[in-house]
Amino acid sequence: MLVEMKDICKDYPQGKETVRVLKDVCLQVEEGDYLAIMGPSGSGKTTLMNVIGCLDVQTSGDYLLDGEDLLGAGSNRLAEVRNRLIGFVFQSFYLLPKLNAIDNVALPLMYAGVPKKERRERAVEALKTMGLEDRMTFRPNQLSGGQCQRVAIARAIVGKPKLLLADEPTGALDTASGNQIMDIFDRLNADGTTIIMITHEQAIADRAKHIHYIRDGVLSAQKEDETEKAEAAGRETEEEPLPSAPTGEDGETDA
Amino acid sequence: MLESISQALQGVFSHKMRSFLTMLGIIIGIASIITIISGIKGTNEQIKANLIGAGNNVVTVQLYQNDMPYEMMYSGNPAGVKPLDAAQRDELRKLGGVEDVTFYHSRSYADQVYYQNTAFNGNIYGIDDSYFSVNDYQIKQGRGFTQADQANMRKVVILDERAVQTLFGSKNPIGEVVELMQEPFVIVGVAARTSNFEPVINSVDDYYSYAQTDAGSFFLPDSTWPIVYRFDEPQSVAVRASSTDDMTDAGKAVADYLNENQIAQQAAKDGVSYRSNDLLKRAQQLQELSSSTNNQLIWIAAISLLVGGIGVMNIMLVSVTERTHEIGLRKAVGAKRRRILSQFLTEAAVLTGIGGILGVLGGIGMSKLISKFMDTPSAISVPAIAAATVFSVLIGLVFGLVPAIKASKLNPIEALRRE
Repeated sequence: MLVEMKDICKDYPQGKETVRVLKDVCLQVEEGDYLAIMGPSGSGKTTLMNVIGCLDVQTSGDYLLDGEDLLGAGSNRLAEVRNRLIGFVFQSFYLLPKLNAIDNVALPLMYAGVPKKERRERAVEALKTMGLEDRMTFRPNQLSGGQCQRVAIARAIVGKPKLLLADEPTGALDTASGNQIMDIFDRLNADGTTIIMITHEQAIADRAKHIHYIRDGVLSAQKEDETEKAEAAGRETEEEPLPSAPTGEDGETDA
Repeated sequence: MLESISQALQGVFSHKMRSFLTMLGIIIGIASIITIISGIKGTNEQIKANLIGAGNNVVTVQLYQNDMPYEMMYSGNPAGVKPLDAAQRDELRKLGGVEDVTFYHSRSYADQVYYQNTAFNGNIYGIDDSYFSVNDYQIKQGRGFTQADQANMRKVVILDERAVQTLFGSKNPIGEVVELMQEPFVIVGVAARTSNFEPVINSVDDYYSYAQTDAGSFFLPDSTWPIVYRFDEPQSVAVRASSTDDMTDAGKAVADYLNENQIAQQAAKDGVSYRSNDLLKRAQQLQELSSSTNNQLIWIAAISLLVGGIGVMNIMLVSVTERTHEIGLRKAVGAKRRRILSQFLTEAAVLTGIGGILGVLGGIGMSKLISKFMDTPSAISVPAIAAATVFSVLIGLVFGLVPAIKASKLNPIEALRRE
């Protein structure tokens, strides 16, 4: 079992009170799985991603990532685990603007302590699998959105992580580029990479083997019926968006 | 390490204008310090050169009695001081820092020296064969002394150019006869200093005598000295040191040796001793006097370095804020705190290091310009350049620390989220 979560809770302080963003989340992801997590804005899905991705540590509950318990781990240990086990793909790519494609892709290998020559070779290899042979020395501002996201995926997989975490990977792309990215994800999963993806688009989520839904910090494998969903959407818009940074969604485009 | 420096360089060059303005405080500070130090060093070297004679490195070791040079003319021959001989010369040449030595008799106020009816009141030296080479004299006219002159006590004399000027004007002096203590001496040659440095000063006494008009010098073969003066007079020693910095040690070594071997206990008790003219020490005293005022200028320049350092801190803090996404991303893909810390520290150090190097170049240029247009001495100090560069890197490390710690403590989630 790659991801094994039991009764995960995550609290964030908000002013004088504490807000529970994740409520008793249980999640099991096997190696080779392809999971989509859907949920409305403010439902806690990004917080869940952060906990799965070891960017954040749960308040309570047990989380084993590849058999490792990371409760109480320091920032250096988390950084090391992220480097070794997880590849991130973000909605807005987060490529470093001053580095060319190769150097961007090689970044995780640098922090893994891989020698420079090998880093370059592996980065070139990863870019080739993304079909970017002729864009290797381009900087992000010379690339299209779809190409940028492919560079970002190359960066995510270059360290051969066990888990690929994607946060709205197609959110900033047009449909054609989005489909291209999803084709790549399908191919990576077929090759054995475990993928967990956050999305609010049904068409994207349908590509996954499983879909989980999260609402108000509660995760379930069942899709709610349409009326409930409409109600939920209504409540969402009435409620004030949560001002605290950790629960706000990053640049989400859903209405 | 090398890689992070090259990355930092890329960062610096991608914001050329901003980097330059940030460095400006460091550049100005370092440039002023280098300029001031060059001025101090130039003045010091000039003092040293004036007093000691550039490239000559000659120290004289003279007989003293109670802190005054022993004047043969007034005091007569001192009891208990043995004359020197060739064997001791070989011993002295073996001492550390000593390149060559020469023994000579001398009178600084010549008595009863005439050319026809003109009296000469310059210096008289009785010299051995190495005197001219040690003191950088060259025969300009006629010939030098031969072995036969010394061995047969030939009454021949060599004049320096000034003595020729005094006694003969433009007339050729070779073959003319001068009279010393009623003995006739034939002029066989004219000698002059080879070094183009004028005036060459070998002792503090020389320093004063150059200030007055000097009548010049007569040189006799040492073996003829007893013909005109006394046979057992003690000699002075001119020591050529292997380098200017060895002058003090070489002079002291020779004086110590002579005091131990040439002076009887009774004479030593009477306060008779050989002493070297410690010109280096004298030069140092003058140098200290001239540098003490300039040292205060360095402190003022150091304030501009402080201001420059604060500027660097400010810009680095701005840079950390601007690059929160970058920091967040680096952390997300596995950068530990220490890596982020060292990345920003390296950037600050590279920034100020380049500033330091530019400052050094600016300072060198400035001091060259000043010395050219103001006609003041300046000399580039290599240790000062090295220290300035290292110090500017240190400024970067110190003032970059706060921004770097700030960057390394950023929470990756918030850093990625922040707009």
